[in-house]
Amino acid sequence: MAEPHYDERDYDVIVIGAGGAGIRAAIEAKGQGARTALVCKSLFGKAHTVMAEGGIAAALRNVWKEDGWDVHFRDTMRGGKLLNNWRMAQIHAQEAPDRVLELEEWGALFDRTSDGLILQRDFGGHRYARLAHVGDRTGLEMIRTLQNRATELGIDVLMECTMQRILMDDGHVAGAFGYWRQTGRFVLLHAKAIVLATGGAGRAWRVTSNSWEYSGDGLRMALDAGADLMDMEFVQFHPTGMVWPLSVRGLLVTEGVRGDGGTLRNKDGERFMFRYIPEFFRAETADNEAEADRWYEDKANNRRTPDLLPRDEVARAINTEVKAGRGSPHGGVFLDIASRRAPDFIQKRLPSMYHQFKELADIDITKEPMEIGPTCHYFMGGIRVDADTTATTVAGLFAAGECAAGLHGANRLGGNSLSDLVVFGRRAGLHAAQFAAARRAPGAVDKAELDAAATRMLVPVERSDGEDPYAIQNDLQGTMQDLVGLIRSASELEEALRRLASYQERLDRVGVRGGVRYNPAWNLALDLRSMLTVSEIVARAASTRTESRGGHTREDFPKTDPEWGKRNVVIRRKDGALDVSIEALPEMPADLRGVVGEQPHPKEHQGAVESTQPAGLGAR
Amino acid sequence: MTVETTPKEVTLRVWRGEDRGSGAFVDYQVPVDPGMVVLDVLFRVQAMRAPDLAVRWNCKAGKCGSCSAEVNGRPRLMCMTRLSGLPLDDPIVIAPMATFPLVRDLVTDVSFNFEKAKTIPAFKPAPPGPDGTRRMYQEEVERVQEFHKCIECFLCQNVCHVIRDHEENKEAFSGPRFFVKLAALEMHPLDTNDRLELIRMKDGLGFCNITKCCTEVCPEDIHITDNAIIPLKERIVTQYYDPLAWVKRRIFGREESTRGRADRGA
Repeated sequence: MAEPHYDERDYDVIVIGAGGAGIRAAIEAKGQGARTALVCKSLFGKAHTVMAEGGIAAALRNVWKEDGWDVHFRDTMRGGKLLNNWRMAQIHAQEAPDRVLELEEWGALFDRTSDGLILQRDFGGHRYARLAHVGDRTGLEMIRTLQNRATELGIDVLMECTMQRILMDDGHVAGAFGYWRQTGRFVLLHAKAIVLATGGAGRAWRVTSNSWEYSGDGLRMALDAGADLMDMEFVQFHPTGMVWPLSVRGLLVTEGVRGDGGTLRNKDGERFMFRYIPEFFRAETADNEAEADRWYEDKANNRRTPDLLPRDEVARAINTEVKAGRGSPHGGVFLDIASRRAPDFIQKRLPSMYHQFKELADIDITKEPMEIGPTCHYFMGGIRVDADTTATTVAGLFAAGECAAGLHGANRLGGNSLSDLVVFGRRAGLHAAQFAAARRAPGAVDKAELDAAATRMLVPVERSDGEDPYAIQNDLQGTMQDLVGLIRSASELEEALRRLASYQERLDRVGVRGGVRYNPAWNLALDLRSMLTVSEIVARAASTRTESRGGHTREDFPKTDPEWGKRNVVIRRKDGALDVSIEALPEMPADLRGVVGEQPHPKEHQGAVESTQPAGLGAR
Repeated sequence: MTVETTPKEVTLRVWRGEDRGSGAFVDYQVPVDPGMVVLDVLFRVQAMRAPDLAVRWNCKAGKCGSCSAEVNGRPRLMCMTRLSGLPLDDPIVIAPMATFPLVRDLVTDVSFNFEKAKTIPAFKPAPPGPDGTRRMYQEEVERVQEFHKCIECFLCQNVCHVIRDHEENKEAFSGPRFFVKLAALEMHPLDTNDRLELIRMKDGLGFCNITKCCTEVCPEDIHITDNAIIPLKERIVTQYYDPLAWVKRRIFGREESTRGRADRGA
């Protein structure tokens, strides 16, 4: 093999990951005067944010004057089963409205109320209609707005560039190392500060709403650099993914369907969610169909439908129905909006869903119910960060968005992800730029370490008869789906860990043909390293938490344990091995505890100031 | 639900190679299941026959615009092209987009588009109203929301014969995707920037002779020609070739005359 030849560049701040959080971070860092690079694994503007549908949660108070940051904070904490980092939840709720208005100032066009303000829609777990949205393609609007802004600011965007390693010098980050997908050439980026905004690792499951990109590179790189990973047992299974045809199994169906009037039914036509209202949400949830139906038209005087309970509750309920033999023909349940809303309403509010079912499943959702079931969707856990600065425990390394832990606790509310991206993306960019400015010179990079890394990355290409990376991925997905899914048990988790170790051995023998130029087999072989590491961490964390809470359900420990409510599971690398520790959750100040506690029923609030339907659209 | 009869195997005839001169089509026979799209079959080819087959994709739901290619000669998103809509007795021919340089197999270098994006003058909003809000009404944002549906699949760019057959035009022609973007900016209720001179000179709107090829291939059903290109052309005609508007512009300056018309709409 020839001497590795690196494409070498020098920056103050590099942002790895170009979804909403990464782009927002880069915009902020650039605005602070930092020489900034934004690294995308795919083309610019194609990251997962583009797939977000329903909306961005912010207490703008355009629809309900009673809303406010405190109510949003309360909903987020309760949705997260109080395992959230309270300070992150507070910052998020307080800053989200400004970040949404900033998007509007940068050209985003959200749907409007009749008096010309940003319209907000209902979503699971949010007490008031709170989600600013553009039909069901809010993520596209958001990523394109941020993308345009970044382009206007002249930020260096490194497309189809995959980072594999964070480089350290004397306890500080010094840069990152990876490769260009289009050429296979190695890239060395010097940096004084790094923001990770790389998302989760949902590609390790078979039924998933995540694409090939979601291999957990950022989580693995942070771990290798010495950062802590936290709450990794909490993986969100979105209750409504498509189930049929098989080729689209897992594809997301927005919660906006339920927010806009869709209800869940089993094969007997029963609205089964009424049987699954947990004590925690009983006071604010309708316990009969009549009240739930009235809620759609009169939200002030009725409690909300249980169809809009937080995602963890709904996903588990669907799973139970299917297991009890009350599922739909293809192993899901029915989601029906056609019987409540007129076709023009559905096409206007949910155009992508209409298109998606029509084109891919031959279903007209204005006439027929959809078949849906849980799909792996989101990592609540991730890199442990300081709430105010997004700093990790590694000097110069910051993290924001899905790859960071804390905000969502044990379960994320829909709509809180897009707001998370811009609130903490901005903070990450700001603090990374400040950190970089305070550091006189970039750290030194150990070239021998790089050469060794490059050589390791090329091993699969030089082994023509090795293990097939697609086969390893297929087995991994089966294992995570079957043994580390929605419902877990000690014995299944042990079996998963045993199998994961065997996949690691196979990965050590992996081989690909076809060189390094845009070779998906080689790319997969490298991604698998992150996928296996992160999968192992999820399984280890899941077997550590011996209770059920939010996105983590243990068949063998079905109850929520108050003692576990004060603890995070933290995983770090110690002397080369994974070290699992149980650490105390930061304690919430007394005044905020009051906010999270029971609040008056919405009945005691005044009525809505604005219908949540856009002008000119009536209910059937 | 429609019952679909899909054969158990299909043949994909896929372009392989790193340059257009030396590459060739290669046939792959793979088993298929009901409901599959072309991208699913390519994944099967990768898993069973050609692990290194280069395909660009992300969301697999028609939302990100990554998997553009030419299927049986027609530019399409492979994730939204159902096998059930194709004749399966013959091989399905899959080629990379023709307008952009080849990287490998089905992947092309679309950087042309990202370079053009850099030349477009920024969104410049009017100041907020007296109450601190920016009021816009659903009727006026809807026209622009149509343009914001664009997923940047670049199929319109690929099919536009101004650049598909004429490499030399790429310098002075932005293409339909960017006419849509320019129209979105020009018709944005809050925007105050004037881009008409640029649209006329640098973006080459005049090259477009309204054959509507772009509109036909748009997977988002954006009426590119009717709603974006023609209104932009009309604005330029009014601005530059209408004698009254010309005199007005000489007297009041460009900003005044442009805003007046932008506010009335196309």
